[in-house]
Amino acid sequence: MALLEVENLRVEFPTRRGTLLAIDDVSFQIEEGEVLGVVGESGAGKSLTGASIIGLLEPPGRIAAGQIRLEGERIDNLPYDELRRIRGKKIGAIFQDPLTSLNPLYTIGRQLVETIRVHTDDTEAQARDRTVQLLTEVGIPAAERRLGSYPHEFSGGMRQRVVIALALCANPKLIVADEPTTALDVSIQAQIIALLKKLCRDHKTAIMLITHDMGVIAETADRVAVMYAGRIAEIGPVKQVVKHPKHPYTIGLMGAIPIVGRDIERLTQIEGSMPRLTNIPDGCSFNPRCPKVFDRCYVERPDLVPTGETTAACWLHAKEKTGV
Amino acid sequence: MAVMVVVAFVAFLMFNFVGDPVDNMVGQEASYADREAMRDRLGLNDPFLVQFTRFAGNAVQGEFGISYRLQRPVADLISERMPATLELVMASAILAILIGIPLGVYTGIRRDALSSRLVLMFSLVGVSLPTFVIGILLIYVFAVILGVLPSFGRGEAVQLGWWSTGFLTVSGWKAIILPSITLALFQMTLILRLVRSEMLEVMRTDYIKFARARGLSDRTINFGHAFKNTLVPVITIIGLNVGSLIAFSIITETVFQWPGMGFLFIQAVGFADVPVMAAYLVLVALVFVGINLLVDILYFVVDPRLRVDRSVAMGGDE
Ligand SMILES: Nc1ncnc2c1ncn2[C@@H]1O[C@H](COP(=O)(O)OP(=O)(O)OP(=O)(O)O)[C@@H](O)[C@H]1O
Ligand code: SF4
Ligand SMILES: [Mg+2]
Repeated sequence: MALLEVENLRVEFPTRRGTLLAIDDVSFQIEEGEVLGVVGESGAGKSLTGASIIGLLEPPGRIAAGQIRLEGERIDNLPYDELRRIRGKKIGAIFQDPLTSLNPLYTIGRQLVETIRVHTDDTEAQARDRTVQLLTEVGIPAAERRLGSYPHEFSGGMRQRVVIALALCANPKLIVADEPTTALDVSIQAQIIALLKKLCRDHKTAIMLITHDMGVIAETADRVAVMYAGRIAEIGPVKQVVKHPKHPYTIGLMGAIPIVGRDIERLTQIEGSMPRLTNIPDGCSFNPRCPKVFDRCYVERPDLVPTGETTAACWLHAKEKTGV
Repeated sequence: MAVMVVVAFVAFLMFNFVGDPVDNMVGQEASYADREAMRDRLGLNDPFLVQFTRFAGNAVQGEFGISYRLQRPVADLISERMPATLELVMASAILAILIGIPLGVYTGIRRDALSSRLVLMFSLVGVSLPTFVIGILLIYVFAVILGVLPSFGRGEAVQLGWWSTGFLTVSGWKAIILPSITLALFQMTLILRLVRSEMLEVMRTDYIKFARARGLSDRTINFGHAFKNTLVPVITIIGLNVGSLIAFSIITETVFQWPGMGFLFIQAVGFADVPVMAAYLVLVALVFVGINLLVDILYFVVDPRLRVDRSVAMGGDE
């Protein structure tokens, strides 16, 4: 049994002009201690998938179908308060902007102690010791003296380290990291990712790493899921997906990988742009942009099918299996 | 400080523009010589700056001259009336804060609940009805129809040193209910709406989202994290509002014949009793300045980002 199982997840936004289908039949698993990268263009549904897992979909968004299971237990239908006990304790989260993730009015020591004490039976003093230890672990020098500092007294990179400490402080099984370095200076991004990866390896924490940066995925992730227009286009071990992508969209993405060390480029080098949720084409949603498109792509929607070492949703690869 | 000098100056100018007080003090038939003698005695013939300096100097010592109307020292009149006004303002401010803030927080958190909508609708009434209408309505219902509360005056006051308080007698308590509600209603709705909109704003911030992701309880998030972040603007408005409570108290005191400074002021205006008017203005300005100072200090207590000296940039990235 995998640590996290997402099965046929469907997220909808009821609007006045009808229901928007933002996540359509998404399934994947994350094993214990595994790093799953999630990539895709802006609006592909990466953040919504992450938010569904930590139970923080913002209304009116809602999970309309499917299941999310953590260690075999369903968490998608838990009452709010039970879910709250899982958040932070079993599933940590890191959001994009370290500058605004911390409450400006409280010292970082207080925010850490508060979080630890919600999830453990620690006394104030024990929580304090643990806080110092955590801050040291995430690389904040002279941690003891920094407990009384406020967020505005730290640089962006340092704040993101504090945020990581906060996400890890109850030893969660899984961390959902939604573009954890996008807001940071390029020179610090690699450090923060490396730190995150090292900590999670030490604590045997799995990561769902959402990013635009294929370079980061290639270096960090064990497996990668490529999302497009609310669905998974391809998912598989990172080596295979990077070296031998099967889905035409993934192939396009790989063409857009920045050379390591150069500035990150956004994944927009495939011609055209992703369809809006309101007019996703019939058949394969990638068909307007696909260089390999053929008749069937306009009529039928391809499902995820194992092809060699990865799994892709594309008629090019389904043919052999289904024998059409 | 500068504010105070300007206000003192304006107050002083009133002496020169609001008619010649001597006219009111001596009869029509007084001779020119009599008038001049009076003017000399009052120092009205001295050069402008000398007069102003004397006025300011006296004002600092709490000396505002003699009321033309009542022929008594203004300082005495004011100190007799001040407790009534301050008690009314205090009661109203406490009422406005104790009701406005919790309702604001509630309607901010339960944004879509029916009860929130009702509260908001009701608050619209508070904002749009003028104070005197509310006062008269309350008098009509509680004093005229039900006859349970007095419609005017302050009830029995007890003298504590120079301070006279209405809070030690039943009639005093009864008397303050209607005026303080009247005075508080407008401020209460302002506070309610402000707290609500600030709460809505803060609830959308990343640090609240992250606090949820950390698994903190709703109570901690709502009150510990969200509410505290609304405090800076809320304190500002409350500070300003206590000031305007004093200003609005003129109307309320007139409607309820409350024996406070505002009522005194209105009577003084009717009589062109300039020393009283000047003293009132200077005093109100003093209160405003005091409140501003207090607000600044509170900012400092609430928001660490304003404590500049500590924020010496520490800890870069390696
Ligand atoms: N409140 C909402 N109402 C309607 N549609 C929404 C809402 N929130 C998100 N969506 C839609 O859901 C889709 C997926 O959004 P999501 O934030 O998951 O994208 P993403 O892959 O994280 O993109 P990015 O890389 O820009 O963060 C988008 O097309 C967006 O328009
Ligand atoms: S199914 Fe057709 S359109 Fe879609 S990716 Fe495959 S080839 Fe392209
Ligand atoms: Mg996103």
